[in-house]
Amino acid sequence: MSQAPILQVQDVSKRFGGLQALAHITFDLPQGEILGLIGPNGAGKTTLFNCINGIYPPEEGRLVFQGQDITGLKPYHIARRGVARTHQIVQPLEELSVLENVMVGSCFGHEQRSLGESEGIADEVLGFVGLVERREQPAASLNVAQKKRLELARALAARPFLLLLDEVLAGLNPTEIAEMVEVVRQIRDRGVTILIIEHVMHALMNVSDRVIVLDYGEQIAEGTPGEVANDPKVIEAYLGDPKLAERLMGEE
Amino acid sequence: MKKQLRNPGLWLALAITAAFALWPALASNRAYARETSFTILKAVAFAASLNILLGFTGYVSFGHIVFLGLGGYVGFYLMDTFGLHLALAALAGGLSSAILAFLLGKAILRLRGAYFALATIGVNEAMRAFIKNFEPFGGPIGMTLNFGVYRAYGGPDQALWMAYIGTALLTIVVVLVSFLVKTSRFGLGLMAIRENEDAAEVMGVVAPNAKTWAYVLSAVFPGILGVLFFFKNGNIEPRDAFVLHQSIEGIVMVMLGGHGTVLGPILGAAAYQRLRGLLLVSPLFKNIQLAVAGVLLLIIILFIPAGAVGWLRTRFSRLRRVLV
Ligand SMILES: Nc1ncnc2c1ncn2[C@@H]1O[C@H](COP(=O)(O)OP(=O)(O)OP(=O)(O)O)[C@@H](O)[C@H]1O
Ligand SMILES: [Mg+2]
Repeated sequence: MSQAPILQVQDVSKRFGGLQALAHITFDLPQGEILGLIGPNGAGKTTLFNCINGIYPPEEGRLVFQGQDITGLKPYHIARRGVARTHQIVQPLEELSVLENVMVGSCFGHEQRSLGESEGIADEVLGFVGLVERREQPAASLNVAQKKRLELARALAARPFLLLLDEVLAGLNPTEIAEMVEVVRQIRDRGVTILIIEHVMHALMNVSDRVIVLDYGEQIAEGTPGEVANDPKVIEAYLGDPKLAERLMGEE
Repeated sequence: MKKQLRNPGLWLALAITAAFALWPALASNRAYARETSFTILKAVAFAASLNILLGFTGYVSFGHIVFLGLGGYVGFYLMDTFGLHLALAALAGGLSSAILAFLLGKAILRLRGAYFALATIGVNEAMRAFIKNFEPFGGPIGMTLNFGVYRAYGGPDQALWMAYIGTALLTIVVVLVSFLVKTSRFGLGLMAIRENEDAAEVMGVVAPNAKTWAYVLSAVFPGILGVLFFFKNGNIEPRDAFVLHQSIEGIVMVMLGGHGTVLGPILGAAAYQRLRGLLLVSPLFKNIQLAVAGVLLLIIILFIPAGAVGWLRTRFSRLRRVLV
């Protein structure tokens, strides 16, 4: 873990009107790490992803990817540099087939593959996430769990250096969660750095090398899963959200 | 590319277009058949061009006829004033429409949905108002081709056949281009934009550029078509060049046949022209044929939003290889 960080988030802030969605977020993400991002609902986790991949520019601060400043670049520029993401609220290209959805990732992601090459990559990735037998179906016909896997497949087909996963486990049953966690590990083993948002705490604690905790846009804790779970500030933050506090405590 | 050309759907679309184009050669009254086919081919070329933006990219242009009008005017002016050959004038017309689309694209393609549609109407109306006051183009009266111009092509009859052949070739090219776009990487990017522009950008599709090129492609052919059409007409005036309801008829044709498919606009255009022909000779409907177009559009959107070809594709998945 001594390599240069692939992503540096430096003092990033973002407001929505009167709401401070992110306040001075700062961390380095080393190459090859799985970094977990947790926090109660509305803490600003998805907003941080949106800033990193260019959906909106941060109002303050800098984002450095592979040593280059990417602050203020458009999502497609950032995608082309090798950042891919999944959406918490799935965004399938509904009338296109599952295969075509994944081919978009590969054609326009950072390797800019041709259609022919993309079909091969898409099939491989669909096999990896277990959707290959649905390749010809329109994406609209998938159920939510399958759409989550489609999100992941599209992101992987881009062959990114950095993968942003926004609640890919939400809505999955325990077996599916276990499968997905395994998939995430395998992705990391292929050399992809991962930033993962998750509410399914035991899974996140299990898979992450390090965890960052956000609360009301503030970065309130950072450390190994064990350190974070025992941090009084974290427990307090989750007390505002009893259900999650219970889960966090229960699974410690 | 080779693999694309082996697609039976392409050959079906081209064969149908060629059949419309060749029909006058076999008909007994050739000049009459030529006029009928001209109308159909013009509709097919216009609808298939519009489909690149409307069907593949998902942007509704209510003012698409502006490209036919502008191209027509530029080409007409060059033929009338400088005696430029029809072929060159047609290219110049296409180029001017392409340039207008490129400039507009940067400005109005940032608007989404209804705002874009409204902006395209504004562009058409503004262009009509501008040309009406633009003296080199004849202002409100427009221009009439000096009869001598036809002499260079071997007389009026020869000139009309030439305009017809030009339109037939153009239509074939539009169908081919529309197929190549649909089955290309560029086309996949356009369809991703149509389905979800934000998600497409997150996956790396450079939406502003892709949309602009789609708009340019969908404008260049109507520009050429305008020159051929007004050359055949022999005169051009603002009232005839920027007819807003023709844009809407174009949308009806695309929606009727099936937006986002290659074959749909061809069949939709032909069917709509046939229907329009029937309505125009019917004493009951001849004054309300536009109302019929409106009602037709409503029915399609309510009951078969995918259009005829789209419906067939979902209904009979085995037909998908042929119905691109
Ligand atoms: N586009 C937006 N406009 C206005 N407010 C927004 C916007 N996006 C997010 N917010 C607000 O910013 C705050 C942070 O939202 P965000 O989606 O980042 O939270 P989150 O940590 O991902 O929550 P969850 O766990 O529920 O997904 C919330 O209060 C949300 O309502
Ligand atoms: Mg979120």
